[in-house]
Amino acid sequence: MPGAWTLLSWGPDGWLDDIAYGAFITVSLALATLPIGLAIGFLVALAKQSAEPSLRLAGNVYTTIFRGLPELLTLFLVYFGGQIGLQKLFQLFDPNATVDVSAFVSGMIALGVVFSSYASEVFMSAFKAIPKGQYEGGHAVGLTSWQTMRLVVLPQLIRIALPGLANLWLILLKDTALVSVVGLSDILRQTSIAARVTKHAFLFFGFATLVYLVLSIISSFGINAIERSVDNKDMRR
Amino acid sequence: MSAAEAADDLPPPLPPRGWSGQRIAGTALVGLWVLVGLGLVWFLVTSWKLPLVEKYGPGYLYGLGVTVGLVAISIVIGAVLSIPVALGRMSKNRVFSGLAYAYVYFFRGTPLLAQTFLVYYGLGAFRPELQSVGLWWFFREAWYCAIFAFSLNTAAYQAEMLRGAIESVPRGQWEGAASLGLHKMQIMRKIILPQAAIVALRPYGNEVILMVKGSAIVSIITVYDLMGITRFTYSRTFDFQSYLWAAVIYLMIVETLRHGIEWIERRLTRHLKR
Repeated sequence: MPGAWTLLSWGPDGWLDDIAYGAFITVSLALATLPIGLAIGFLVALAKQSAEPSLRLAGNVYTTIFRGLPELLTLFLVYFGGQIGLQKLFQLFDPNATVDVSAFVSGMIALGVVFSSYASEVFMSAFKAIPKGQYEGGHAVGLTSWQTMRLVVLPQLIRIALPGLANLWLILLKDTALVSVVGLSDILRQTSIAARVTKHAFLFFGFATLVYLVLSIISSFGINAIERSVDNKDMRR
Repeated sequence: MSAAEAADDLPPPLPPRGWSGQRIAGTALVGLWVLVGLGLVWFLVTSWKLPLVEKYGPGYLYGLGVTVGLVAISIVIGAVLSIPVALGRMSKNRVFSGLAYAYVYFFRGTPLLAQTFLVYYGLGAFRPELQSVGLWWFFREAWYCAIFAFSLNTAAYQAEMLRGAIESVPRGQWEGAASLGLHKMQIMRKIILPQAAIVALRPYGNEVILMVKGSAIVSIITVYDLMGITRFTYSRTFDFQSYLWAAVIYLMIVETLRHGIEWIERRLTRHLKR
């Protein structure tokens, strides 16, 4: 019966290398989802705060749906629905086609839409915190509305939205664990395999939670560094 | 005053709304959502099979009951557990506040799925020990394990909400009540908590909604909640509508809760409206 330290060691006897690979997958999934979620979230926020009622409606329907569905169900809808839909599509051309949807990509899409619907709310409240005079000022010095957005509004927006977005990043990091259910070899799946093979379930699942804790602690340090770097000293009143 | 003068007092009529790029994009997007909605209804209607519904429909109702029960029990137990944790967080004693901080940090920093696995599969590794203290019947059942893990998890979140709400009440309220000679418990019960409740309502409502959504993961440890029934039905029929029905039901629960919370909030803050 190997001891706990042997089981958690690097190499053929231990599982540390497998779990490290899982951690790599978890972090890359979260990092790959982040830009998608931020981009869609920003666009949805723009739509929700525009003067055009139909755009606002479209944006609100988006957030209502993807904030109301459980993340796990969204993932299954994307994973199985994507598989069935793509299969039907390819069978129009080739009746024998079979499609396998990658768990990583479905995870990216599902977590991306969930992240974006929450991020749109964060951006929305940040938009509300920016006074109207900023837009008018930008207009008055002759900037186009795109330039006003890029040069005047966005730098302030990021500073206001950062705490909310940092919170969403931590939630995203934890939600990646769900993708293990559709077979992505992330931290939780790798430790589940280890637990099943070695029968040391408590050791490995406990270790998995510690790895997630370490990831969130590292994230908090990163977030603090970013917050310090965008915190403009001259702007402080 | 002639009719012409009266007309001058009226604001000028609004210019006709043109078809700007934004309006075209917005209309197209709304049209897209309408198409998605109609497609969903069409798919659900055309794939409606009575024998299928008769066979699996009651399962969905049962699953819904399990989901609601799980969330309700966990929220109540979590609320009770959150009180000592919140008191610990606010305590001046370094040991208590450190312990409470560690508890909150652990449960908020790790995925609920990992916590559930840790309880259900992890504690199963201690079967002989648990049997000797007579707790094995509890940790043997996935249902009890789910309630255990969910209660501990939501207690951590609720403790932070409770602490935030109590600390949001100004110090002067404590001092004023103390100068009236009220006991500490009385101040808490009669002065602080009613004011904190208004602040805490929205976060608590969000926590209930997050629990409803989060409870879907118990389907992975073989509890037949709404999601579990859905996965069971899909594995039997390979009919994608099983997932769509679950989506419709979850959306309805969450929307009902959200509107209900907004209604309660409007009701409680009537006196603050200007």
